[in-house]
Amino acid sequence: MRQFSLLSRTAGAAFMTPAGVLIGAFVIAPFFWVIYVSFTNRTLLGRTALNPEFVGLANYISLFDAGSFFTRGEFGFSLILTVQFVLFSALIGQAVLGMLLAWMLQSVPKSLKRLTEMVVIAAWILPEVVIAFAWFAFLDYDDGTLNMIMDALGLPRGDWLLSFPFWVIVVFNTWRGTAFSMMLFNSAFSSIPPSYFQAADVAGASSWQKFRDIGLPLIRGHVVTDLILITMWTFNVFTPFLLTAGGPSYRTEILPIYTYRVAFRDFEFGKGAAVGVIVMLINLVFALFYLWVARKRTAKVVA
Amino acid sequence: MASVSFDSVTKRFGDFTAVSNLGITIGDGEFVCLLGPSGCGKTTTLRMIAGLETPSAGRVMIGERDVTFMHPKDRKISMVFQDYALYPHMNLADNIAYPLKVRGESQEKRHARAREVADILKIGQLLERMPSQISGGQQQRTSLARALVYPSDVYLFDEPLSNLDAKLRLEARGFLNHLQRDLGMTAVYVTHDQAEAMALATRIAVMDAGIVVQYAPPLEVYRRPATTFVANFVGNPPMNLLPVEAMISDGALHLKAVGLATAPLRVTRAAAKALESGKSLTLGVRPEHLSLASGGEENTIAGQLFANENMGPEALVTLEREDAARFTARIFTDEMVALEGRVTLGFSSDHIHLFDERGLRLPLDHEED
Repeated sequence: MRQFSLLSRTAGAAFMTPAGVLIGAFVIAPFFWVIYVSFTNRTLLGRTALNPEFVGLANYISLFDAGSFFTRGEFGFSLILTVQFVLFSALIGQAVLGMLLAWMLQSVPKSLKRLTEMVVIAAWILPEVVIAFAWFAFLDYDDGTLNMIMDALGLPRGDWLLSFPFWVIVVFNTWRGTAFSMMLFNSAFSSIPPSYFQAADVAGASSWQKFRDIGLPLIRGHVVTDLILITMWTFNVFTPFLLTAGGPSYRTEILPIYTYRVAFRDFEFGKGAAVGVIVMLINLVFALFYLWVARKRTAKVVA
Repeated sequence: MASVSFDSVTKRFGDFTAVSNLGITIGDGEFVCLLGPSGCGKTTTLRMIAGLETPSAGRVMIGERDVTFMHPKDRKISMVFQDYALYPHMNLADNIAYPLKVRGESQEKRHARAREVADILKIGQLLERMPSQISGGQQQRTSLARALVYPSDVYLFDEPLSNLDAKLRLEARGFLNHLQRDLGMTAVYVTHDQAEAMALATRIAVMDAGIVVQYAPPLEVYRRPATTFVANFVGNPPMNLLPVEAMISDGALHLKAVGLATAPLRVTRAAAKALESGKSLTLGVRPEHLSLASGGEENTIAGQLFANENMGPEALVTLEREDAARFTARIFTDEMVALEGRVTLGFSSDHIHLFDERGLRLPLDHEED
């Protein structure tokens, strides 16, 4: 087949150049810079700020030091915390809740469906800082909305951010991200011919049977895509920092916050860069897996 | 098996009235076709029996049960969908057995039953295949098998043959007719193909703009169409309709139109009262009741030859009159009909249909009323 193009090669290249330069300067160069820094003992202040030395794998070795690996505030603790965070807030929270909402939306009047979509999407498009502040105000001990509700119901007040910091960021991230899964599943369900469900209705299937036997198997590909994407996003999310700043005492210090603390609060650039590289490798695995699944799906559609 | 009845059922979608004051009853063991052009409300009617639509007013009964607001799964019905609605991720055996699965039958039992039904429908050797690996006709049978795999009070068909090519459609139609004879099921069958309705139905409900215009056995619909709409919709090619003027003299009715000569007609006493000279009527003659005639006789119509189509066992001869109206005759001959110029077609008084100015049938004397 002949390829038709809107622009000549030269014109196309000219249009690409500004973006190329920016991406080169701010994405690709730092990428290699971080890898380089992770092998040095570069810091912000002191002798090593001016003359960083090449330390080989020392930064990596210190991250995986068996003696302190699982100690609070260390890399291993943060990694396990992040895995739990992803498990509860992304896989169980966002995906399951999103699926539940999307499935329920299939059988409600159109107006209610629109309204629900609007509300959920609003939670998704609001700026992170605004949401974080709203949640902070909601959970505040003295004047928070939640404690006022508890008062009104005659229930004891709670210092939520201090007592349950991990569950606070889990609920926060679930609330924040469910919209995406819901919309993705919703459009996936809508792409199934209505007659499939009607035939099941007539045949006598319950809502759960329709979900288990028809809805879920037919959107399996979308589910895998969704799980990979929200896992990646949650793995890299920094917003909980605005609520808890990683505390109290490192109890909500997920990997992005840990990286930030090491590099920009403790000013250990070398060690921070090493964490960055490891996170990058983990993300690479997710991304490759995602691309592999996506390619497999496309191939299936074409065949 | 059970009967189905509609009690003044109306269905509105916003401002649009899809079905208006429907009151038909489908008897136990009857095969009723809902026939009409697209948008006439036939599919909506079917979906109200299935419970996929809820009436805006009125009641739907299956047997003695009021099912108006009942969920489809509680109605004891089966339905075959236009697009077959086969599940692409299940093989044929699982597709056919799905209604049994939701009823909690064991895998062994339901696959045995699926095989039984599939064998009847001649798709027993395909049970391991996926729906995408079989032909359209086989998909159609699979969806039929899924409807037949469990006992139902009523079987519903939503244009099940419309996605098949012409040859397969004839074959499937014959098969459905055979099945109906075997099982004696109560069936409601939606179609826009009058030949399908004629071939399958014990009664046809002809629908137009949300209203049942005629509800009668196929031959009755064919022989005595209630309105010009039915006359035009049933029969292939459709009935020839010609505007004429009524003239009463000596108690007999004469029809006047250019190029038309008719013998005096006897109308029933009731009809005669409503008639007077000068009233405009519509004359209808079916193509198969026209034959070639020489000019000037009684009961003839003349015009210029417009088309002469040889179909094998028959020829379709169409003439065009001065007012651009066309008349088509089906001449039953396997000879080539040689015609040119002015053509005259003849018909018998026994095969004349008359409709009043509102398009309603006027009974003639030779039809017993």
